Amino acid sequence: MAETATGSNSGPARWLVVATPYVWLLLFFAAPFLIILKISLSDTAIAMPPYTPLFGGFSAIGDFLSQLDFENYTFLTEDPLYIESYLSSLRMAFISTVLLLLIGYPMALAMARAPLAWRPTLVMMVILPFWTSFLIRVYAWIGILKPEGLLTVLLQAVGILGPDEQVQIFRTDTAVLIGIVYSYLPFMVLPLYSALEKMDATLLEAANDLGCPPMKAFWKITFPLSMPGVIAGSMICFIPITGEFVIPDLLGGAETLMIGKTLWTEFFGNRDWPLASAVAVLLLLVLVIPIMIFQNQQQKVR
Amino acid sequence: MKSSRFDPVVLTLGFAFLYIPIIILVLYSFNASRLVTVWGGFSLQWYVAMWSNEGLMDAAWVTARVAVLSATIGTVLGTMAALALVRYARFPGKMVFSGMIYAPLVMPEVITGLSLLLLFVALNVDRGFWTVTIAHTTFTMCYVAIVVQSRLLTFDRSLEEAALDLGSPPVKTFFRITLPLILPAVLAGWMLAFTLSLDDLVIASFTTGPGATTLPIKIYSQVRLGVTPEINAICTILIGLVTIGVVVASLASKRAEIRRIRDEHVALRGTA
Repeated sequence: MAETATGSNSGPARWLVVATPYVWLLLFFAAPFLIILKISLSDTAIAMPPYTPLFGGFSAIGDFLSQLDFENYTFLTEDPLYIESYLSSLRMAFISTVLLLLIGYPMALAMARAPLAWRPTLVMMVILPFWTSFLIRVYAWIGILKPEGLLTVLLQAVGILGPDEQVQIFRTDTAVLIGIVYSYLPFMVLPLYSALEKMDATLLEAANDLGCPPMKAFWKITFPLSMPGVIAGSMICFIPITGEFVIPDLLGGAETLMIGKTLWTEFFGNRDWPLASAVAVLLLLVLVIPIMIFQNQQQKVR
Repeated sequence: MKSSRFDPVVLTLGFAFLYIPIIILVLYSFNASRLVTVWGGFSLQWYVAMWSNEGLMDAAWVTARVAVLSATIGTVLGTMAALALVRYARFPGKMVFSGMIYAPLVMPEVITGLSLLLLFVALNVDRGFWTVTIAHTTFTMCYVAIVVQSRLLTFDRSLEEAALDLGSPPVKTFFRITLPLILPAVLAGWMLAFTLSLDDLVIASFTTGPGATTLPIKIYSQVRLGVTPEINAICTILIGLVTIGVVVASLASKRAEIRRIRDEHVALRGTA
C-alpha cells in the first residue's frame, strides 16, 4: 500500500480530516481518563456530584498537590473484597479465554477448510448472532439455566435427572462462564478464521508428501502460522471480559466476584464516586499490558 | 487445506450452540403461558402487552433516535479517522491517534462509561439524550474506522490518481470517486455503529439522565425482576429488525460491489 502525503492532499481539508476525529477522541476518550485519575485521588463528600472538586484553575497546582489523597487506593488494598475481585476477574477471564480458544479454534479451522463457496455464508452465520443484542443473548440463558428452566426440563425428560432434581447452575460461576463463552464466541472465531484462511495450503501438502503425520503437521505448521489470530482473538476476549458487568450480574450469584460488578455497585449502589474511580484506574493498570499487546498486534496486521 | 470428516460435526455443534438459545427465546415470545418452560399454545398477547407498555415504547423511541444520530456522526468521524490512518503517512501524534482508535474496541465498558460521566459532570453538562449520543458516537466511531480502514487498505488508487492528475480538486475527487468506491464499507460501518448503540447498556447507564431511559436500560431493569414473555416479545422484534437490516445491507453491498467492479472495468478500458 503506497502511503502518500503528496501536495495534492494538503490544504485545509486535509487538516480537517485528521483534526476532527483527533480532537473528538482527545476530548471524549483521553481527557476523561485524566479526570477519572484526578477524582480517584479526591475525598468522598456527600454533595452532588459526590466528590470534592479538585479544580481550582492553574494557580492552584500547589494546592492540588497538597490535596492529593491516596486514601481510596489504600482502602482498596486493605479491604480483601477488592483484591479478591481483581484476582477473580482475571481468573474468570483467563478460564473463559482458554475455553473460547478450545471451542473457537476447531470452528474456525472447520470454516477455513470448508468449500470456498460456503465460506461467506459461514462467516455470515458467525457474525449474525453478534448483531443481536448482548443483553438479549444473556437473557436467553436465564430461561435455559434457571432451576425450573428448560435445561432441567430437558434433562428430566431424558432421564439424567430425577423428577424432583433440578439443575443448579443458575447464579453460579459456571453460569457466568457459559454466558461469557456464548457471548464472546464470534469475537474469538473471526480473528482465528481470518488468520487460518490466509494460510498457504501447499505447506501442508508438502508436509504430507514428506510423510509428516497430520497431527504433527498441525502443531508444526498450522498452529504456529495462526498465532496472530490466536493472540488477537484472545486479547479481544480477555480484556473486556475482565471488566464485564452484565453477564456476572445477570447469571452470577452472590459468590461471583467480578471487578466490573464491584465498580457498578460502588458507583450506583454506594454512590462512592472517588472509590469507583480508583477501582477503574486500578483495573486499567491491570489491563495495560494486554491492551499494549493488542495494540501492537493491530499495528502489525496493518 | 484438506477438510477433516469431523468438520461438519464441529460446525453443526458450534452453530447449534450459537443459535439454539436465540431460537428458544423467539419461540417463547409466542407462548400463551406465562411460564417459560410450559408451552401453552400460540399467542400474540405479549406483543399486545408490549405495545401498550408506554414506558417501553418511550424507551424504544429514545434508543432509536440516539442510535441513528450517533451512528451517523460516528460514521462521518470514523471515515475521517480511517482516511487519516491509511492515507496520511505521518502527522504529529499519529501513534497516539491510532492508539485512541484501537483502545475503545477492547476497553471495558464500565471504565469508558464512568470516565465519560465524570467528564460531563466536570463540564457541568446536564446528562440526558445528548450525553448518551456523544458517548455512543465516541465508541462507535472506532468500529467504523476499523471497517473503513480495511476497505481502504485493499483499495485500487489508480482511478483516484487519474482524477487528481486530470486536475480534479482533492475534495471533489473524494466525493466523486473515493466515497462511492468505499460506500459499502461505510454503510456496513453505519449498520455496525447503529446496532452497537442499540445494544449498549453499561455506557448508557452511566451517561444518561432523567427522561432519556434507553431500551437496554429498561429491559435490564425488567430482567432483574424476572423473566417475562413480554421481554421475549420485544427481544424478538429487535432480532427481527436487525436480521432484516443485515440481510438487506449484505444484498445491497453485494449489488454495489458488482456495479463497482463493472464501473471500474469500464473506466479502466476508457483510460487505456
